[in-house]
Amino acid sequence: MATTTASEKPQRSARAQAFADFCKRFARNKGAVVGLVILLAVVLLALIAPLLYPASPWQMVQRPFLPPMATEGFWFGTDTLGRDIGAGLAYGARISLIVGIVSTVVALTIGVTIGALAGYYGGYLDDALMRFTEFFQTIPNFALAIVLVAIFQPSTTSVIIAIGIVSWPPVARLVRGEFLSLRSREFVQASIVLGQSNGHIITRQILPNTLSPVIVMASLMIAQAILLESSLSFLGLGDPNTMSWGYMIGAARTVIRQAWWMSFFPGVAILLTVLALNLVGEGLNDALNPRLARKGR
Amino acid sequence: MAERAILEVENLSISLPSGADRPLAVEEISFALARNEILCVVGESGSGKSMCANAIMGLLPRPHVQPVGGTIRFEGEDLLSLPESRLRDLRGSRIGMIFQEPMTALNPLMRIGEQIDEVFDAHGVLSKAERRARVVELLRDVGLPDPEHLGESYPFRLSGGQRQRVMIAMALALEPAILIADEPTTALDVTTQAQILDLIKKLQAEHHMAVMFITHDFGVVAEIADRVAVMQYGKIVEMGPAEQVLNDPQHDYTRRLIAAVPQFEPPERPQIEGPPLLSVKALEKTYVTERGLFTQGRRVPAAQEVSFDIRKGETLGLVGESGSGKSTVGRCIVRLLDTDGGEIRFGEIDLAGLKGKALRPHRRHVQMIFQDPYASLNPRSKVGTIVAEGPIAHGTPRAEALARAHELLHLVGLDPSAAERFPHEFSGGQRQRIGIARALALEPELLVADEPVSALDVSVQAQVLDLLAEIKQRLHLAMLFITHDLRVAAQICDNIAVMKLGRIVEYGPTRRVFDDPQHAYTKALLAAVPGKRWSIPEVALEHARQHARRVAS
Amino acid sequence: MQKLIYIAKRLVKAVFVLLAIVVLNFFLIRAAPGDPAQVMAGEAGAADEIFIAQLREEFGLDEPLHVQLWIYVSDIVTLDMGYSYRQDEPVAKLVFERLPATLLLTGTAFVLSILLGVLLGALAAARVGKWTDSLITVVALVFYATPLFWIALMAILLFSVKLGWLPGFGMFSVGADYTGFAAVLDVLQHLILPAATLGLFFMAIYARLTRASMLEVMDMDFVKTARAKGVAPARITRIHVLRNAILPVITLAGIQAGQLVGGAVLTETVFAWPGIGRLMFDALLQRDYNLLLGVFFVSSAMVILFNLVTDVVYTLVDPRIELK
Repeated sequence: MATTTASEKPQRSARAQAFADFCKRFARNKGAVVGLVILLAVVLLALIAPLLYPASPWQMVQRPFLPPMATEGFWFGTDTLGRDIGAGLAYGARISLIVGIVSTVVALTIGVTIGALAGYYGGYLDDALMRFTEFFQTIPNFALAIVLVAIFQPSTTSVIIAIGIVSWPPVARLVRGEFLSLRSREFVQASIVLGQSNGHIITRQILPNTLSPVIVMASLMIAQAILLESSLSFLGLGDPNTMSWGYMIGAARTVIRQAWWMSFFPGVAILLTVLALNLVGEGLNDALNPRLARKGR
Repeated sequence: MAERAILEVENLSISLPSGADRPLAVEEISFALARNEILCVVGESGSGKSMCANAIMGLLPRPHVQPVGGTIRFEGEDLLSLPESRLRDLRGSRIGMIFQEPMTALNPLMRIGEQIDEVFDAHGVLSKAERRARVVELLRDVGLPDPEHLGESYPFRLSGGQRQRVMIAMALALEPAILIADEPTTALDVTTQAQILDLIKKLQAEHHMAVMFITHDFGVVAEIADRVAVMQYGKIVEMGPAEQVLNDPQHDYTRRLIAAVPQFEPPERPQIEGPPLLSVKALEKTYVTERGLFTQGRRVPAAQEVSFDIRKGETLGLVGESGSGKSTVGRCIVRLLDTDGGEIRFGEIDLAGLKGKALRPHRRHVQMIFQDPYASLNPRSKVGTIVAEGPIAHGTPRAEALARAHELLHLVGLDPSAAERFPHEFSGGQRQRIGIARALALEPELLVADEPVSALDVSVQAQVLDLLAEIKQRLHLAMLFITHDLRVAAQICDNIAVMKLGRIVEYGPTRRVFDDPQHAYTKALLAAVPGKRWSIPEVALEHARQHARRVAS
Repeated sequence: MQKLIYIAKRLVKAVFVLLAIVVLNFFLIRAAPGDPAQVMAGEAGAADEIFIAQLREEFGLDEPLHVQLWIYVSDIVTLDMGYSYRQDEPVAKLVFERLPATLLLTGTAFVLSILLGVLLGALAAARVGKWTDSLITVVALVFYATPLFWIALMAILLFSVKLGWLPGFGMFSVGADYTGFAAVLDVLQHLILPAATLGLFFMAIYARLTRASMLEVMDMDFVKTARAKGVAPARITRIHVLRNAILPVITLAGIQAGQLVGGAVLTETVFAWPGIGRLMFDALLQRDYNLLLGVFFVSSAMVILFNLVTDVVYTLVDPRIELK
C-alpha cells in the first residue's frame, strides 16, 4: 500500500472494500462456509493422494473383503481384489475434480459463445442458435453422453468432452437471457451510439455484467459434471486406467450383500463433494447477487 | 371541512431496516382524514409517503419495516394494535386501496370477475347470484366497456387504464369508508390519468368517501386535492387546505418543490433561422411481431411519414403518449434502429442509408441522452472511462480522452474526481449529468434526449433541465427532446411535434401549438394536463430565485 | 382454438426434433473410429463377412453420403432401426418389447417427483424461515447431491437385503406366475424402489424450484392486492401464489424430462428392471452400437412425448398462451 500513488489509492481500497463485502455476504450463509471447508478438504485430499498412498490404487495391498476399521492403516477396508478403498477414495478425488472442472470449462466456452451471439445479434441467428440449443436440451443428456463415450472409446478426454457437450445448453440459455436483457439496457445502447464495435460491446460492456450468474452456475455445473462422471464410470465408461469413485461403486455392485463398504464410502465421497459444491454455489449466489438472495430468508 | 375525522394518525413512527439512509421511514407524523374529503400526501421519492399508506392498511413488509410508535385510530379502534384477523376484516371492506402499477396489480391467471368476486368471498357477503350482478354493476360504475362480459376476461386483454379501473372497482366493491390511492395514475398516460382522476373524484363524491391520495405530482394535487400534506424525509413539513398550500406555501421545502414544477404556459421565444442541420423526410418504421415458421407476423407501424427539420440552436420537442412512436423516431435518428423508408439527412449524408462499419464514424455527430439514470451507465466501469469511451472508440488516445473527461465532468457540474468512482456512488441526478457528459464527449452537433428527466424527482428534474438549456446555449447545439410531459416541453422546446399512432399530427412553434391547437388530439392532450389552471405562485418562484442567487454567490 | 394451434405447432416442432435426432445418429455412427459397417455390427470383430456385406447393401454404405443419409432416414421413418447382430433380433422389436416397462418406471417417477416436489416446495415457502422450511431445504439439498445409482444401491441394501420389505430386483417375482390383480400388485411392489430412487433427485429439484418461485411470487404486486382485499393468507397461498409459481416448475419439468429418461439407464441397471435403459447397458457391454443408437433414438422420442405432455398442461394453467 505504501508504494501506491495517491490517485490509485481510492480505487484500490474500493476494490478491497468490495471484496470484503463479498466475503461477508458469503460468510453469512453458514451452509456455504461448511461447503467451502468440505470442498477444500477434497481438493487437499486430491493434491496429497500420492503422499498418503504412495502405492497405486490398483495394487493389491491386503487380503480381499477386509471390512473397514478392522486393520490399522486400512480404515475403509479393501475391495474384492484386496485393493485399499482409502487409496481409491483419494485418487478418485483427483479424477472427479479434473473432469468436473475441465468439462465445465468446455461447456462454458460453448455455452457462453452461443448464448452471447444469440442474445446480442437476435433475429434469425438467435432463432437458429436457440433451436440448436433446444435440440440439445431435448436429447436425454445422460443417454447422449453414454453414446458419445461408447462410440469414441472411454478415456478421460472422451468423458470430459462428452460431459461438456451435454452440459452447455443451460449456460447458453442463461447467457442469452442476460445478453437479451442487457442488450436493451441503456448503457449498451449508449455504447452503440458512441460508435463502439460489436466485439468491444460484447466483451467489454455486456460480458462482465453477466459474470455473476455465470459463476454461480459454473459451481453448480461442476457438481453436476461430477455426478455425470461417476455415473459414466459406474456403467464402466470411465477411463480404464484411472481409479474413480463411480467405477469403485460399479465394481462393488454385485457384492453389495457381502461388502456394503465397497460401495458405501465412494458414494459418500461423491455426495459430500457434490453437496459442498452446491452449497458453495448458493453462497456465491448470496454474495454476488445480494438483491436476489435476500428473498431466500 | 366540517366533517368529523374518521381516521386519525398520531405520532406515527415507522422503522427502516438497519443499513438504510435513516433510522425511521416516517417520524412522528400526525394527521386526520375526514369523511368526504380528498387528502393529498405529496413528497419526493423516499419521503415515506407510501410507507404511511401501507401502515394504515397493515401491509408493511414486516419485520424489516414496522411501526414503532404512535396510533392510527379508525372507527374507534387503533389499527396498529389490532390482530391480523381483525385487520383483514377491515381491509377491502372498510378501507380499500389501489396501487401504482396496474399492469402487475392483477393476478394474470385469474378472470377479472373472479378477482372482484374475491372481495365478497373474503368478507362472506351476498349470495352467488347477487355477487354476479354486483360485479357487472361495479364494472359499469367504473366505466368499463361491455360490463356483462368483461368479467370473463383475463387481465392481459386489458390496457393499463382499464386495469386501474378494475382495481378501483375492487377497492370500492364493499363501499369502504376510506380509499387509499398510492400514486394510482403515475404509470398511466396523461389522457388516461385525467380520466382516472375524474373517476376517483366522481366516485368519492357519490359515496362521500374519504380519500388519501399519494402523489409526487403537484399538477395532480391541484386537480384533485381538498387538503394537502407535504412530506420530506419522513416528516410532514406543511399541511393545510389545497388552496393555501398551492398558492401560498409557507415552508421552504414546499416553496422549492412548487417552484420546480415547470410552468404550463410556454414563454415567448424568438424564431430560429438558418438551414436545417437535420432533416427527416417521410421516415417509416414498422415492427413485426411473432414472426414464425407458420404465422404471419403482426405489423405495428411505429412511424409513418414522419418529417421534420431541426436547425442549429433549436430544440424540437417530440411529444406523445406511450405507443405513439416518439421514442422509435428518436432511436431511428441515432440509428439504434434500422428504418424501413425515408431519409435522415444530416448535412451531406443520409444516416438512414448507412450501416455497420460505414455508419460508425458518422455516429459522433448525433449523440443521445437516455431516460433511466440507473440503467444508462455500465455499473462495472469507472465514470471517467464511461465518459472517455466515445472518443477512444473514435481513435483519440486514451490519456487524452481521460483528461478531456475530467473537463467535461466539470462542465456538467460534477467534481472531476468523480472520474475515479463507480456509477453506483452517485444519485440519479448526478448520474444523468454523467450521461450528458458522455454524450458531449464526442462534440456532437445534435443531441437526442429521450425522456431525460422523467425518472427524476421534480426538484432534480429542474436542475437537469437548466443544465441542458445552458449547455445547448453555450455549445450552440441542436436538440431533439422526446417527452410525454407537456409542462417540460412548454419550458424547453422552441418547436413541437405531436405524435399519435406513429404519425405527426401537429407540428409548429411551441407557443402557437399550446395557444391554438389545431388537431383534436393535441387539444385532448393539452386538456388532460393536470393542474393546468393552476399557475405557480410568485412567492415560490421568488424563493427559488433567491435560492439560486445564494448558490451562485 | 388458440390452444389447439399452439399444441399443433409444438407437434410439428417435435417431428422436426425427431428427424434431427435421426440425422445426429447417422453422423455419430460415421464419426466413430473405423468402418461404419463394422461399427454397426459391433466392433469385437466377431461379425462374419456375410453380415457385414449385408449391412453395406442395406445402408448403401458404398453410396455417397447424402444417399446413405436418405436411406437411413427413410428406414427410421418406417421404424426400421436395423438389426442387432449380437441379439440376433431386429432392434425395433427389442426396443418396443422393453418400452412399456420404461414408460411405467419413468412415468411413475415423473408424476411422483412433481407432486411431491411441488408439495414440499410449497410447504417450505409457506413456512419460510421455520424449521419445516429448514428441514425440507436440507433434505432437498442432500438428494440433489446424491448419485442416482448409489441411492438405488443403498435402498436395495436397506429395504431389500436388511429389512426384506421390498423386492430389489426385476419387475416380477421369479417363478410366481401371478395373474390378474395379484400380478399388478406384484409389479407395483417391484416398482416402488426403482421409481422412488429415480424420482428423489427430481423431487429435490422441483421442491427447490417451487420454493424459490413461490417466494418470488409472494413479492409480486397482485399478492399485495389480494391482501388489500382482505383475502385470508391460506387462500392467497393456494389461489394466487401457488398457481403462478407453478408455471416455471412445469417448464422445468419439461426440460428435465430428458434427464429423467437418462437416469432410467442407471436405475434399470441397478434394479435389473427390464426396460430400454437396461437394454442400453447390455448394448454397451456388448459394444452393440446399432442397438445402442436405437435405444438412444427411442428414449429421445420419449422425452419429446414428456415435453408435449408438459406443454398441454401449461396451456391448461396459463390463459396467456396465445401470447407465446
